Amino acid sequence: MVSESATVTIKDFNTDERSTWCPGCGDFGIVVGLKRALTELGIGPHQVMFTSGIGCGSKLPHYMWANEFNSLHGRPVPVATGIRLAAPNKFTVISVSGDGDSYGIGVGHLIHTARRNVNMVQVVENNQVYALTKGQYSPTSQPGLVTTTSPEGSIEAALNGLGTAIMAGASFVARGFSGDPRGMADLLARAIEHPGYALVEILQDCVIYNRLNTTKWYRERIYDLQEEDHDTGDMRTAIDRSMEWGDRIPTGILFQNTDRPTYEEQVPAIKAFGGAVDRDLAGEFSPDDFARMLDDYA
Amino acid sequence: MPTINNMIFQFAGAAGTGCDSQGSGWARSMTRAGLWTFANFDFESRIRGGHIYYQIRVGEEPIETHGEGAHVLLAFDEQAVRERIDDILPGGAVIFDENYKLDDSLFEGRDLLVIRAPLVKFANDIGGNKLMANTAAVGVLVGITNFSADYIERSLREAFIGRYPGERGEKLAASNIEVLSAAVEYGSQFQDRFDFQLQARPGGENRILINGNTAIGMGAIGGGCRFISGYPMTPATTVLEFLAAHQDEYGIVIKQTEDEIAALLTTIGAAHAGARAMTSTSGGGFCLMTEALGLAGTTETGLVIVNAQRAGPSTGMPTRTEQGDLDFVLYASHGEFPRLILTPGSVEECFRAGHRAFNLAEKYQTPVIIMTDLFQAFALKTVDRANLDFGNITIDRGKLVSDEQLDAFGPDEMYARHKLSDDGISPRALPGHPRGVYMTTGDEHTERGFITESQSVRIQQMDKRMRKVDTARPDMLPPELYGDQDADITLVGWGSTRGPIREAVDLLVADRQSAGAIHFPEVWPLPEGIEEVLSAARYLIGVEQNFSGQFAGIVRRATGINFHHRILKYDSKQVTAGDIVAAVKEEVRVGV
Repeated sequence: MVSESATVTIKDFNTDERSTWCPGCGDFGIVVGLKRALTELGIGPHQVMFTSGIGCGSKLPHYMWANEFNSLHGRPVPVATGIRLAAPNKFTVISVSGDGDSYGIGVGHLIHTARRNVNMVQVVENNQVYALTKGQYSPTSQPGLVTTTSPEGSIEAALNGLGTAIMAGASFVARGFSGDPRGMADLLARAIEHPGYALVEILQDCVIYNRLNTTKWYRERIYDLQEEDHDTGDMRTAIDRSMEWGDRIPTGILFQNTDRPTYEEQVPAIKAFGGAVDRDLAGEFSPDDFARMLDDYA
Repeated sequence: MPTINNMIFQFAGAAGTGCDSQGSGWARSMTRAGLWTFANFDFESRIRGGHIYYQIRVGEEPIETHGEGAHVLLAFDEQAVRERIDDILPGGAVIFDENYKLDDSLFEGRDLLVIRAPLVKFANDIGGNKLMANTAAVGVLVGITNFSADYIERSLREAFIGRYPGERGEKLAASNIEVLSAAVEYGSQFQDRFDFQLQARPGGENRILINGNTAIGMGAIGGGCRFISGYPMTPATTVLEFLAAHQDEYGIVIKQTEDEIAALLTTIGAAHAGARAMTSTSGGGFCLMTEALGLAGTTETGLVIVNAQRAGPSTGMPTRTEQGDLDFVLYASHGEFPRLILTPGSVEECFRAGHRAFNLAEKYQTPVIIMTDLFQAFALKTVDRANLDFGNITIDRGKLVSDEQLDAFGPDEMYARHKLSDDGISPRALPGHPRGVYMTTGDEHTERGFITESQSVRIQQMDKRMRKVDTARPDMLPPELYGDQDADITLVGWGSTRGPIREAVDLLVADRQSAGAIHFPEVWPLPEGIEEVLSAARYLIGVEQNFSGQFAGIVRRATGINFHHRILKYDSKQVTAGDIVAAVKEEVRVGV
């Protein structure tokens, strides 16, 4: 999709922009993971297009040098779809947003984009809390989590984002951990290489508003599926694994299906004409070509 | 002497019984026969049953409205006779099947030719299929109007051989034509009792019959639209469907999305990448798009939105027309940002708006909204092919930065997407060039697109964006003046009221009254010089299809000019020339 370039280095993604994140935030690790993944694949800042939502985690693309369209809360995925459909040969498209953004207000877009198999990566930074709005329970908060809007503990079941994505038809579903930038970088690289929709959920702490699901808490529980005998091609097993949450929390690739064609590959206009942005807008058709449209109404 | 070629027809019945396809087929045959045609489709929010009708008006000069009443009612069920009988004009006719149980008292005291025709009998006996009764009804109409059956035979052949190529289609067409011939002969016996006739005229081959949505679609394709997204919603869906039907020929990406929120956001993504992109919706869908509308405004993403209005609020009346969204579209989304609003008033203006909107969107790098309504979306009109001239379309992408210009950037030179400028427009690089890496955001941002909370940058960027309103103003099409501008009264409208207003002026003038009109094909930014035009009028009457006279309010707010009177119609049916004339006579005490 994007030309290999041996000259891409991690420094290419550096920017002077100073982050607004709290010291110790898991988001720092995710930036490192993304930079490493892109560098490993030789994808330069002009060859990637980030879309993001609103929230601490959605500011992430601001803190690395690359193309970015920072959209609305919950809406980076449809923007990504539009970019992919207009410029299918131009960009690696990566959407970055938090759990409230991706699994709450924007969950409809996640489901339908997974179902279509648009060739993109959706990174969900899951800290199980609304952080930038200063600590409300989120769609992934564990029942009982005490927050400003659940002072007696959340009484909602947590959303199983990975299982939801698999059921919706996502062709690549994985989970990483912000405390492991190297492993995360590898997962992200596999997701970028995957031809189709790839969901990568990154577990991270919020050092200010989630005192339950801390880095220590995660480290005591996570394990790597790829170190076990896990068949990533088996959807039912993957769904079973997605429901694991508690003493053991799986990370790594849960599910991958490379047999499905991407959405873009099936779009008639793209098949016949290529990407809209690569076409000659003024000279492609003659007035006579256009006038044929009128014949149906004569 | 019979009246020639100046008639109105109604084809009425239940949805799904063929009266809509027969009606549109008749309108097409009229156009082919060289008659100028205007057809309005009146339908309900259901797939089968109920009561629907096509009103088809023909004449020897171009026609801008569907008129009032009917000279012939073709009734496809009993209810259609009861519902529409009062529409039949003096000396008119009603045609229906002989088996309908309709009491003669229904027709008593009316100047009316009642034709109880053996439609089903012809269909069964000659065609062997009672469905051909529709064809028989059209045959009787051909007979009583002394019209040539050739045009109907042609459309029957096209319809059946098109749908069932080969022997089956040929046989069906032949059977239908036999039924038609018998019915034509039957109808001919009434000719001497019916004072209206049809005669073919030259020129039909240079014309087509289309509605406003099709015209917008044609204009958009000609104007370089390569991407459309949308969520099905009456009456906007046929714009999406038209482009979908042509996706292979012109390479248009069609994205039906999960909701209207995604529809506008995918359009934003496509436009950001560099495609000419649009989405079409109606008021309810536009409501869902409003947050993204502001995103397009502040990220300076040029794109096109069609809002085909229907009667609101909420679900309102899904198959009925209104112009109730103007205030909403002008002010939709929180905060302030520039937008352009086009309000075409005819099929030709829909075509023009369809391509012009893309130039405006890319020149001013902001959303352009084409506002039509249900009436325009569906009403069919005969137009000259020459008036849909693709050769006249120019593509102006505005301040686009070329790859060569970016190549010349030094390694430390940073492209700034939102660079300040005197006209408010920043040079726009399409993303993807190594020297043109940039970000943009719905947060307030610096020239380079970084999030900022600086008050001085906020003022600079806000001023820059809003300057585009004044930059665009001279580009907006001036209002179209019709008739005497020094008349006693001046009717002012926008969008689909253009035709009825012009015809109302003609009727008033024919009645030796003094009237002129001003039509706004583009309303925001308000075009230059409108203060002079409006101030020159003696007595301004706003004609709008909404409750409050929204455009009059916008003009007053922007110019301080008060319309003297407002003629407002919000009963969900398209305003007619007769409505306007009646309102002028009843409500306005100036010069009449």
